[in-house]
Amino acid sequence: MPLLYPLLLSAALFGIGLYGVLARRNAVLVLVGIELMLNAVNLQLVAYDAWFAETLHTGQVLTLFVIALAAAEIGLGLAIVLAMFRATGTIDVDAVEREVEA
Amino acid sequence: MSLPEGVFLVMSAVAIVSAVLAVGSRHLVHAALWLVVTLGAVAGCFVLMTAELLAWVQVLVYVGAVVVLVVFALMLTRSPTGARSAEVTANRPVAAVLGLLAAVGLGATVVAGFRGERITGARPGTAESIGDALFTHWVLGFEVLSVVLLAALVAAIVIARSGSER
Repeated sequence: MPLLYPLLLSAALFGIGLYGVLARRNAVLVLVGIELMLNAVNLQLVAYDAWFAETLHTGQVLTLFVIALAAAEIGLGLAIVLAMFRATGTIDVDAVEREVEA
Repeated sequence: MSLPEGVFLVMSAVAIVSAVLAVGSRHLVHAALWLVVTLGAVAGCFVLMTAELLAWVQVLVYVGAVVVLVVFALMLTRSPTGARSAEVTANRPVAAVLGLLAAVGLGATVVAGFRGERITGARPGTAESIGDALFTHWVLGFEVLSVVLLAALVAAIVIARSGSER
């Protein structure tokens, strides 16, 4: 399999995730965009691991670490979103920004 | 083109289309569910790159836990779930341009760096081989990661509780 297939898929997913982070108003969906970007990174790591074919499996082990960190990140992120909802009554990123500025 | 390549291209198309729907759908819950399809397709890509353990971890942790957390958060924050419930910000065109630039930039970089390279003779990432590497060579990182997970768990509980006492 050409190495470029997974790498180009990863680049596309990263761009889509970046768009999601910047364009969504709902804070939970901003986190969905971040998950997409992390998955793009995972794809790159696994692709390089398969390409190098090394014995220590650096890429796949790092991918495991990234998946665990992503789980920790989404847990913390959603806790912050819930705290934000309790404090301001909304999880609309723009509305919270306006409220902080006002 | 061999069979794995064809399957990989199909999986890639599924992943990209569902990712676009996950960030673009106007229906809040649909966006979360399209994320499941994207993550599942990426898990399929992992299998095709011989990372079978990672594919299972991806399904268990992402599709099983993360998406459930996301749907729970949508529920707890009483987000409107009807059609057109997921509005986008006014800076959507800028976001689209930046996303496109990031994708094209990264794509051009990998094409310039790895054009013509092929994945041949990959070592299968079975549970045995990954476990061997993880618990011998990478054990320090593994232990640090467990502390990070514990800290994140405690922090999430503290943040979620401190809001309710106010």
